[in-house]
Amino acid sequence: MAINLTKRRPTLRQQEARIAWLLLAPSLLIILGVTLWPVISTFFLSFFHVPTGINQVRTFVGFANYLEMLRDRLFWETIGRTLYFTVVSVGLELILGLAIAQLIHSRPWGWQFLRFSLIIPWAVPTIVNGAMWRWIYSADFGALNGLLMQLGLIKHYVPWLTLPNMAMNLVIVADIWHTMPFVALVLQAALAGLPEDLDEAAAVDGANAFQRFWQIRLPLLRPAILVALIVRTVDAFRVFDIVYIITSGGPAYKTLTITYLTYLNSFAFGKQGIGAALSFLISAFTIVMAFIYIRFLYRPEET
Amino acid sequence: MSYRKIVRKLFLFLLTLPVFFFIFFPLLWLFSASLSNQVELFSVPIHWIPEHPTFQNYLDIFFPSLAASSVPRTFATALLNSIKIASAVTFICILVGSLAAYALTRIPFRFNRSIQLGIIATRMIPEVSLVLPLFIIASSLHLINRPIVLIITYMSFALPYAIWLMAAYFQTVPIELEDAARLDGCSRLGILFRVVMPISVPGLVSTAMFVFLLAWDEFFYALIFTSTLAAKTVPVAIAEFVGRYVVNINGMMAGGILAAVPPVLVALIFQRYIVRGMTAGAVKG
Repeated sequence: MAINLTKRRPTLRQQEARIAWLLLAPSLLIILGVTLWPVISTFFLSFFHVPTGINQVRTFVGFANYLEMLRDRLFWETIGRTLYFTVVSVGLELILGLAIAQLIHSRPWGWQFLRFSLIIPWAVPTIVNGAMWRWIYSADFGALNGLLMQLGLIKHYVPWLTLPNMAMNLVIVADIWHTMPFVALVLQAALAGLPEDLDEAAAVDGANAFQRFWQIRLPLLRPAILVALIVRTVDAFRVFDIVYIITSGGPAYKTLTITYLTYLNSFAFGKQGIGAALSFLISAFTIVMAFIYIRFLYRPEET
Repeated sequence: MSYRKIVRKLFLFLLTLPVFFFIFFPLLWLFSASLSNQVELFSVPIHWIPEHPTFQNYLDIFFPSLAASSVPRTFATALLNSIKIASAVTFICILVGSLAAYALTRIPFRFNRSIQLGIIATRMIPEVSLVLPLFIIASSLHLINRPIVLIITYMSFALPYAIWLMAAYFQTVPIELEDAARLDGCSRLGILFRVVMPISVPGLVSTAMFVFLLAWDEFFYALIFTSTLAAKTVPVAIAEFVGRYVVNINGMMAGGILAAVPPVLVALIFQRYIVRGMTAGAVKG
């Protein structure tokens, strides 16, 4: 920097830019080190056979990892399951979240307490949430069995999490409990920010509550809904923690998700090359979603 | 209030009941179960409220040296680890991130916008996509099980988020104040530390809270980068014990409740900031 100064006094703008870079430098260095470099490095790793253990020689294998990944039936099943999880949980979260946001907006008795309560599931750590639901579903002492038994709906305790067709749906319920409040609170804040006069004008013109919701509020909420949709889709697609603790991917891989498969390949099966290929696939998906997010929602005039 | 209005209010109120049930039933059951002993937990029909409630499970965690099983001891260590790591991550993010957020919101320069977009994008990249190279480096440097490796890796999701939240807050600080300070001969850094930071204290506090909650919640890196009981954070400790059947489940339930109390309390106390932070973080700067 001192060398630059010898030539000519920098303009004010250049001085400012220099300060900006100086202020940004520590953050950018950290982000380069823990985010950018690992993404690129993972991309390279995905073209190598990576033996486990330190100081092992890696051999270049071209697209072999990708081919092996694509040939594996488990991979395709896992993609399907991950999409199922994403679509069902995000879909239900949006519907429930919107309904609850509108409910709070209608100011029923206790609406403030309802809004207050929604914070709680959101703040409970993901792993505690998962453990809680695992215990609720427990075959020996779970609250679900206890409740259904007392209501007379079942005669014996059911080992819910071992039922292949139930397990994923039960994980989805647990996920909804934890993340739906986020959607509801974001949409509620958006609803509260809408101009009141439009709604009142429509009411004067004879639109009923239903019409006002569908034809006035919902279109105005579109940006907020899109944000919640994208943020939640990215999150749901990479679900791991809650699956790990509730089912560990079982029974018989019926709840295995793409992140879980990546984790298993990298850290349990000793197939780091395949793990890297899967990781890169997840990165690529995320980058596409990030582009959509920026394209639709981050407009230049708001900078 | 007219008759119609009362019916409407009542109808809406009835709609809130299932929502309340869905929110509170799991938590209340968990709490009640954490107060019961092993025998009562397994009783059929279920005891919704323990007949012989006991705080033993909680006492064991607070006084681990007196506890009979190893669960509370591990849990107490994990609590300390989590507090240490989450505090360090929060401190670094606020310190380093506030400088970056200020530069991005206040100084126009050539790549400003590209960097902003880059930061949004990096925030979305999942941990699993980054973990392999980080793991290879960490193990060759013998950093596995050291708190520093979690503090560094947590930056990957915490720092972009912190920058983003603080940038959103700095934008609400009126620029006239800065102009006035500049006329008085204040430098950029002087403005940042003497004008912008003091006004932004609420924003910094809420950012700190968000980052702390994120770090407290983190599981994936903590699972990969720790293998000894002494190094584990709360989420990994819970996951570890939940996976085994032999250990005392009530003890773990008490542990789960305790792990949830700090973030829930923080979130409830700062409720207004939380909702604002959610929208700022999710919507835009």
